[in-house]
Amino acid sequence: MRPLSVVVRTGCDFFAWFMIVFGVNIVLHGYMTPGGGFQGGAIIATFLVFLLVAYGGKKVLSWANETIYEILFEELGLLCFFILAFLGLNNSFFYNFLAVPLGTVSSGILSIFPSSGTTALMSVAVGIEVTGALSLVILTMFKGIRLFIQNPPEEELGHDR
Amino acid sequence: MKKTIFIVAAIILGALVCGALDNIHTFGEPGKTPMDDYFLANSLKTLSTENVVTSIVFDYRGFDTIGEAAVLFTAVCSIGAIFREGRGKH
Amino acid sequence: MIGNAPFFAVGVLFLMGLLGIFMTKNLIKIAIAVTILGSSVNIFLVALGYRTGGTIPVHFLAGEGTTMVMPTPQAMTLTAIVIALATTALLLSLIMLVWRHYGTIDVDEIRRLRG
Repeated sequence: MRPLSVVVRTGCDFFAWFMIVFGVNIVLHGYMTPGGGFQGGAIIATFLVFLLVAYGGKKVLSWANETIYEILFEELGLLCFFILAFLGLNNSFFYNFLAVPLGTVSSGILSIFPSSGTTALMSVAVGIEVTGALSLVILTMFKGIRLFIQNPPEEELGHDR
Repeated sequence: MKKTIFIVAAIILGALVCGALDNIHTFGEPGKTPMDDYFLANSLKTLSTENVVTSIVFDYRGFDTIGEAAVLFTAVCSIGAIFREGRGKH
Repeated sequence: MIGNAPFFAVGVLFLMGLLGIFMTKNLIKIAIAVTILGSSVNIFLVALGYRTGGTIPVHFLAGEGTTMVMPTPQAMTLTAIVIALATTALLLSLIMLVWRHYGTIDVDEIRRLRG
């Protein structure tokens, strides 16, 4: 696969790490500004796409660990989402048991959560899950191209770093 | 010949769809909305969430979000099952 | 009738996606036309909930005492976008499998070669 020019490759290499910060900002402030879990997760998943453009397929596939994306991001995010839904079962399923009114300042261990309760926590859990899922889709489809070519070329032309 | 019939039928269908979309309501006046008035009034008082769309997605209509997360998980699992390396000849 | 211009744009996009499905012979272009068809319905959902003179339904960015647009169709569009993404990913994976098995992605050739 022929790579793009040097300017594009250097720019993508530089901006890949800013995408993580930008995506985490959108996920964490999901209860205040437009955004939330799904949108921020799709932005964090573009980190792998930028690295694939900058470094070529062989280096990224030998560096990226697929098990971390599958177990630590995707399954843990979905499990946290379900546990948060089951914890409010005293009143009903999916009850918001951590919400306090907007003026009161709670003290003690409960003051690290925002005042909107499980809305912000579920947003973070869904953001982690969508990150893992979309990164896994990109890695699997890119690795699947290599399976279909009968005799793959020895090295990729142009990615000489 | 076949393509001409398809194009004419598609243009007639497009005209009928545009005519149907014209008569739903005037653009900008949706009429009576009791459910959205309840959401807009109680999102800051009860849940203390300033983003009303997030409070709808994750609290008032959270059951749809469980289904959507399950659909995404199933799609990723089936893509992982399609691209599986063969085990060689039998 | 000129005030309903967003609804006409939805109808035109729907027609273009539909025409794209049976006018081309490449499988990838058919997948792009299906994506356009799904996006037109998402635009229609958001345009249904507009109120004249309304602002964004976020209390942090809008002022006090203004009317807001309806937030429910925007929440439904989020779900619809994610489901369309899952459909597109599976469609493209199946196109890759067809290319491996037949060697071509032309619709007329695939109908003649029988594996």
